[in-house]
Amino acid sequence: MLLIRRMMNLFSRSRIEREIDAELKSHIEMRIEDNLAEGMRLEDARRDARLRFGNPVAVKERVTGVDAALLLDSIWSDIRYALHQLTQNPGFSSAVIAVLALGICASVSIFAFVDAALIKPLPYKNPKQLVGLFESTPLGSRFHLSYLDYLDWKRMNTVFSSVEAYDYDSFTLNSATGLVHADGVTVSSGFFRTLGVTPILGRDFRAGEDSSGAAGVVLLSYAAWQSRYGGRQDVVGKTVTLNGTSNVIVGVLPQWFHFAPVGPADFWTALRESTDPNGRGEHGLFAIAQLKDGVSLGTAAADINSVAQQLAKQYPDADGGRGATVLPLTQVIVGNLRPILLLLLSGAALLLLIACVNVSSLLLVRTESRQRELAVRGALGASYARLIRQFATEALTLAGTGSILGVSAAYGAMRLLTRLIPAEKLAYMPYLRDLGLDIHVAIFAGVLGCASWLLFSITPIARLSMANLRNGFPEGGRTTSGSVWRRLGSSLVVLELCTATVLLVGAGLLGQSFYRLLHTDVGFQPDHLAILRLSASGKAYAKDEQAVALAAQVVREVKSLPGVQSVAIARSLPVADVNGGNSGFEIVGRPGPSGGREANTRQVSADYFSTLKARLLRGRFFTADEGASKPLVTVINQSFARKYFAGEDPLGKQIRFDASQPPIEIVGVVDNMKEGPLDSDLPPALYTPFAQGPDPRFVVIARTAPTPQTLLKTMEGTIRRIDPQILTSGAETMVDRINLSQSAYLHSASAWLVGGFAAIALVLGVVGLYGVVAYSVSQRTREIGVRIALGAQRSTVCALILREAGLLVLIGVAAGLGGSVAGAILMRNLLFDIQPWDASTLSAVAAVLAFTALLASYFPARRAASVNPVDALRAE
Amino acid sequence: MARNDLQGSLDLLVLKTLSQVGPLHGYGIVVHIQRASDELLNVEEGSLYPALHRMELHKWIRSEWTLTETGRKAKFYKLTAVGLKQLEEAEKSFEQLVKGIRAILRYA
Repeated sequence: MLLIRRMMNLFSRSRIEREIDAELKSHIEMRIEDNLAEGMRLEDARRDARLRFGNPVAVKERVTGVDAALLLDSIWSDIRYALHQLTQNPGFSSAVIAVLALGICASVSIFAFVDAALIKPLPYKNPKQLVGLFESTPLGSRFHLSYLDYLDWKRMNTVFSSVEAYDYDSFTLNSATGLVHADGVTVSSGFFRTLGVTPILGRDFRAGEDSSGAAGVVLLSYAAWQSRYGGRQDVVGKTVTLNGTSNVIVGVLPQWFHFAPVGPADFWTALRESTDPNGRGEHGLFAIAQLKDGVSLGTAAADINSVAQQLAKQYPDADGGRGATVLPLTQVIVGNLRPILLLLLSGAALLLLIACVNVSSLLLVRTESRQRELAVRGALGASYARLIRQFATEALTLAGTGSILGVSAAYGAMRLLTRLIPAEKLAYMPYLRDLGLDIHVAIFAGVLGCASWLLFSITPIARLSMANLRNGFPEGGRTTSGSVWRRLGSSLVVLELCTATVLLVGAGLLGQSFYRLLHTDVGFQPDHLAILRLSASGKAYAKDEQAVALAAQVVREVKSLPGVQSVAIARSLPVADVNGGNSGFEIVGRPGPSGGREANTRQVSADYFSTLKARLLRGRFFTADEGASKPLVTVINQSFARKYFAGEDPLGKQIRFDASQPPIEIVGVVDNMKEGPLDSDLPPALYTPFAQGPDPRFVVIARTAPTPQTLLKTMEGTIRRIDPQILTSGAETMVDRINLSQSAYLHSASAWLVGGFAAIALVLGVVGLYGVVAYSVSQRTREIGVRIALGAQRSTVCALILREAGLLVLIGVAAGLGGSVAGAILMRNLLFDIQPWDASTLSAVAAVLAFTALLASYFPARRAASVNPVDALRAE
Repeated sequence: MARNDLQGSLDLLVLKTLSQVGPLHGYGIVVHIQRASDELLNVEEGSLYPALHRMELHKWIRSEWTLTETGRKAKFYKLTAVGLKQLEEAEKSFEQLVKGIRAILRYA
């Protein structure tokens, strides 16, 4: 092929150039020989030859230039022809381009998220060797370590080159505008070295600075350096008072640095935990570690578990029943996003599939209608190859335009999607900061573009070879190939409907999961509850009595606000993003393994249960006077009762946190409340009176008569009046808290996005069906005319068409339902309270599809029925 | 109307030469055109080669390295069937061009 040879000429340039050189040289030499033969002197002969020939270098360039010029010329003429063809038929072209752009936009933008979250390596040194370490407990696998356990793990393991601890911290600091709140993290001294992060200003923590006696040191995040210190260079060496202790600023972290598990933190202090041997039960740290070279995750897990078991044996009170969990750091950081992103990517892929099928059937229809043009061109001597090249060029313009539009739209969609993520959620997903059209995404988009180009070239070419080109003048243009095409088109429609069914079922299941999640029984009445967090610090609230007194005063004052019905105090709130805050305990008088028993532990005021309207199952709630001077009491939840007192009456039984602690009597059983995420199980929980375990940082919960939003501001004002030094934060309503909780958010995001994909898929599938039926009708006009002329009822004709369409719909939907059950089983983890084979969803989807599909075929069927037999027969 | 420009006439000259003389190298073509036109047409020797290359890409001519009578290696060009057809067309359109120009010159 000429084209290919020309292209090869362009590539094998040097070989061609050598050949040209030789040719030109032989020409000049032959002229010289002739000149000599005519009696010239050698020099004159040479000069004459050169003069006649001209500049050999320029000639050579012109020779090689011929290749490029011809190639460009022919490509340009093909493109011009293709563009002409496409502009001739703007409806077709814009439909193809729009559908393809839609598919590419969806896939590329979702892929960009997948890339940012799952594919790009973490921005740390040797990210593959970094792992997260947790203690596992009977309640789950990802719980805090205690400081002493951390030290022992660090000392006793043989698989990690470093183990470093971290934990969130929240700081109160003095600023020009008074007390402010700041998020912080406290880390062991080698934390940044393990991640391979070096401060851009100042220095890293030194070994030993994380011991309990060391002077306080702090590193600033880049953002804090800019916003709080104006980016001044002399910030290093200054001191900052955090929670009442002064810390020297030793450095500033780089701008790119983020560590998602702790969210956005301004201050990174060196850990200063007490090495008091009684503190082993104080589980409050997370850890990261770096695997030694060549150590696998499995080996590491086995090693650190044996360490944990040794500790559990040695310290049964604090560590009994505890093991170790080793997870790749990527999983710690993006683990909860992985299933949902993969789900969305599959959804986008299905959408792209529908888009491509749709475009293919459009192309088939058009090739069909271009039969004659192609036949004419074939008869005029256009070679098969030449026609294929033209199809390829047309496909290139379509796929190219579609891809470019799709990718630009994807860029916009990414911006839009990130803007739709609430800012505080986004802050915990710092890896999305780099979201954009990077090299991975570009390659992905390029592959999609090339694949669609190939598909769009092959489809008409396949159609072309199906019908013999030279016999392209069939009588009347209605060929047997029409029925071949109809079969192919029908299978494409079945595929489309099948895919649309899968997406619709997926969306239906996710939507219902989301609905049920939001309406799940949380164990209390979340409406009309206003929440405000407050954090008092300093000497005035250091003692327990002072904290209790503050809580009492807050309750009194808030209760006196108009519209407030009752007020409660708690140290933490239900429906938290993490099912945490547990303690180990033992049951007094019950032998057996001490340790290994764990429960969520919550400190709440006497009015807590009545304010939240929790349901008392047995016994009683706390009384207002149950404080430090009274016997210790607890209310347990139903899970607790079932798990530890199966078949027994728990009331009057005693538990204690460990042997050194006084026993606590169980006085009541409350129905389970959701302490953790909405979609989590209900682990055992125990509630103790706030006054028997107070803290100057707590939450006020008020049940209000009017809508709770109206009271949030007033409540903040009340607290400020009590003491302006008390920081308030997190003012919200309980309903908002639940609806915006991470589990609800993930469910809603997946439901909305998959729902969007499904809606588009439905439209594309139905449009595809319409196209096929309409085309089939147009091809059969004569047959229908004959039928009517022979006396067929118009209703019979209409039914004939509808029956054919109905069969396609039936096959497509049936196959789709099967596929969607399989798909739903795969995404089972993302479903809440609904089975993958939920009959109502499946039948609703089938009904919606059947209805819209029959509607789509009804119009062409009616047109078929209204065919005038005389016109139809004369049309030939 | 075919391409009646100078390039077109150079193509015509080359094709005609090859059809009359048989396989010939570039230098041979130049010498033949000069001689056959009684030294009236002086082909600019260098400009012959881009034309030869283009015609080869169009498959009007084929090339082959062979030895000349004097034992020198040279690239010989040979007319193809396509080239022959092209030659006929070029001759026809040249005749028309000449006729047209003559008609204009005679018009008074």
